[in-house]
Amino acid sequence: MKHQQHHELVIIGGGPAGLAAATTAANTGVECLLVDEQATLGGQIYRAVATVPEQRAKLLGPDYQCGRDLLDQFSASGAGYLPSVTLWDLNSQREIGILREGQASLMSADRIIIASGAMERPVPFPGWTLPGVMPAGAGQILLKSSGLVPGDGVVLAGAGPLLLLLAWQYLQAGVTIHAILDVAPAANFWKALPHLPGALLTHHYILKGLRYQIALKRAGVKFYNGVTNLQAIGGESLEAVEFTHRNKKQRIDTPLLLSHFGVIPESHLSRCAGCDHHWDEAQLCWRPVTDDWGNSSVEGIAIVGDGAGIGGAVAAQHAGRVAGFESVRALGRMDTKQRDDAARDDKNWMRDDLRVRPFLEALFRPPAALLNAPKDDTLVCRCEEIDASTIRNAIRAGHEDVNQIKFQTRCGMGPCQGRQCDNAMSQLVAHQLGVDTMVAGGYRIRPPIRPLTIEQLAGLEEGASK
Amino acid sequence: MKTDVIIVGGGLMGLSTALHLARRGTKVIVLEKQSSGRHASGVNAGGLRQLNRHMAEIPLTVAAAEMWKNIRDLVDDDCDVELNGQVRIAETDEELQMLQARVDTLQAQGYQHERIIDSAQLYQLVPSLVSGCVGALYNPDDGSARPFHATTTFRHKALALGAEIHNGVEVLGIEESNDGWQVDTNQGVFSALKIVNCAGAWANRFAEMLDESVPLTPKAPMLMVTERLPPFLDVVVGAVGHKLSFKQMQNGTVIIGGAHLAQLDFEREQSTINFRDLKTSAQTVAQLFPSMAAVRIVRTWAGIEGFMPDNIPVIGSSAKADGVFHAFGFSAHGFQLSPVIGRIMSELVLDGKTDLPIEPFDIRRF
Repeated sequence: MKHQQHHELVIIGGGPAGLAAATTAANTGVECLLVDEQATLGGQIYRAVATVPEQRAKLLGPDYQCGRDLLDQFSASGAGYLPSVTLWDLNSQREIGILREGQASLMSADRIIIASGAMERPVPFPGWTLPGVMPAGAGQILLKSSGLVPGDGVVLAGAGPLLLLLAWQYLQAGVTIHAILDVAPAANFWKALPHLPGALLTHHYILKGLRYQIALKRAGVKFYNGVTNLQAIGGESLEAVEFTHRNKKQRIDTPLLLSHFGVIPESHLSRCAGCDHHWDEAQLCWRPVTDDWGNSSVEGIAIVGDGAGIGGAVAAQHAGRVAGFESVRALGRMDTKQRDDAARDDKNWMRDDLRVRPFLEALFRPPAALLNAPKDDTLVCRCEEIDASTIRNAIRAGHEDVNQIKFQTRCGMGPCQGRQCDNAMSQLVAHQLGVDTMVAGGYRIRPPIRPLTIEQLAGLEEGASK
Repeated sequence: MKTDVIIVGGGLMGLSTALHLARRGTKVIVLEKQSSGRHASGVNAGGLRQLNRHMAEIPLTVAAAEMWKNIRDLVDDDCDVELNGQVRIAETDEELQMLQARVDTLQAQGYQHERIIDSAQLYQLVPSLVSGCVGALYNPDDGSARPFHATTTFRHKALALGAEIHNGVEVLGIEESNDGWQVDTNQGVFSALKIVNCAGAWANRFAEMLDESVPLTPKAPMLMVTERLPPFLDVVVGAVGHKLSFKQMQNGTVIIGGAHLAQLDFEREQSTINFRDLKTSAQTVAQLFPSMAAVRIVRTWAGIEGFMPDNIPVIGSSAKADGVFHAFGFSAHGFQLSPVIGRIMSELVLDGKTDLPIEPFDIRRF
């Protein structure tokens, strides 16, 4: 299919933030195109929301159906939509490299809103690369898109709301849950407590979490709190999970371990575009520097939703609308006052919705040692098979930031482009050198951020040269 | 801080100069505005190529090749040197005749390191090459090394020999003093008897301070690297009719260069990959190596390098300032020369002369 090469506004990502941004802009007459990596709209949170059968939708809970409203509004808005697009480049001149049905092409836009969402935080614990150890999000994707559930039971380990949600969803689907291992230190509760009054303003989040927990306990699922020394054990594939609980070493046999340590912004696109990023010590991740309207440090590029910092689906919707109105203003279709008036409610609702975050971040914060002090023989970069000791040796040899260490060790140079080890590397290096994570730095992200073949690049459709 | 020699620029040339000076007992301080190997020195294609160089560079490249062969003697490490040869492919008889003429010229001057191979020999060396190529220029002693590894190794050796290397020190000005030079930096004043300018793409900033500005242009040649492949190629491949440098590294990845340029924001030291031009490199590879079509490109990048209008470097003493020396403007083919450049600069600084012919590189030519 031949498509237009230049657009007034391109929105990247079809989750709640992207859908809301596109709907808002299109409703005011802006010509906009939403491009999405997935074949269907909804993002991770509302994956396959349009096509999922009623039975499974019920299983996935009432929130999931909220996504359907967003989708209906988007469909009615007249915004353009390009599904199944692989984005392999975005630069500061607002040129986008895309791949669709094997055809690579360049596209450009006056404004770009990145709504690329979140990814699960990769954490290098011993055995994390064994077959049979999977991120919990991958388990949830299987459940949402094809109704697949593990047959021989599962151990869930980590920290964060998604772990409880997935456990609850598995419970509804009749999956055997051998145990839930919570690695969040007990002290988190006391650190979270001061944030509770703010969080109670959005008490439905907390109630929801409690409801899952009660349902799971009632069903007899075994909880282990304050777990340390988490290890996946196995030869060819996972055989058991070992851990320390209340100073006692424990072992649970299982063919499947789903781990989850919270989510972090999917920041490869915004970093590839050269947007400034900073290390967020509360969320323990790199996030783009944005203003109140979602604008990044690069002219014409805004970043909203979880891709700009984890805030959840509801806040993402509001942020999408706010950035949508801002792009309408920037394109000359609204003046500043009109924008301010139009975005006021969303800004207020977003602020209210985000009140729960400091509480959740403190409560589910993974222990520092798990993130910044992997064991010497634990792989940090699974693509290039670089373990923590190799990185420590490079530091001892005088390399002083993550990019020098990347050059020296090849850590982060594999086909995943460092997605899996970026966060871990920054924290390990900062901890080892005793410097701020900002000083240790993050990988410089080089295109193509998704692999492109020689013949795909050779056949690049260039579009309008500027 | 006071020392014998200050070297401006902690890239490969600066480090090589530092280690050669330190070997002879000289006190050296290297001032690096960022960190060693941040730009061209660390991210170039790593080619150890004598093949097809400018005639003026031949004596230097031949001397450098000897040093790479025994690089462990110099830096106690092999820098991942692999000397499996380089070829420059001719796709037509006209191209092959051009190469033959070059070999004739070289041999008339007594150089035997480049020679012509026929198509049978070429396909033996490069079995994956598309059919129809007629021959090549070949040097079996050429090869490649890992640039960041080499830069690190040179740095360690220089440090071990007593050189001081200061990262994050940017030179702001230079002033003549009673007994040498004072270099003003963002980290205070450094003074020395002599100064060597190895500042790469930034070298003209320093030359301007001496009032001897040169037509140096910073550019950012692009490179790309593929996923790992089973071993299929030992030699480094170039071609007469295409901008191409093509080699498989020890880890199986293939590094593809072609001197196509990224858009460069020199002030911010940031480059933007130009996929419209990189497309040409992909087309060249797809044409010459059909088996590469479905291979995935994992990363592209560009290193900031200083280019001279005649594509040969500036090497020698300053025309304006006593006790100041230059070595810069290697125009994207300095990596192979780096060991010998350090030797030459140390000789210029300490002996006032070198036995290698460096007249063609004099700064006075501009």
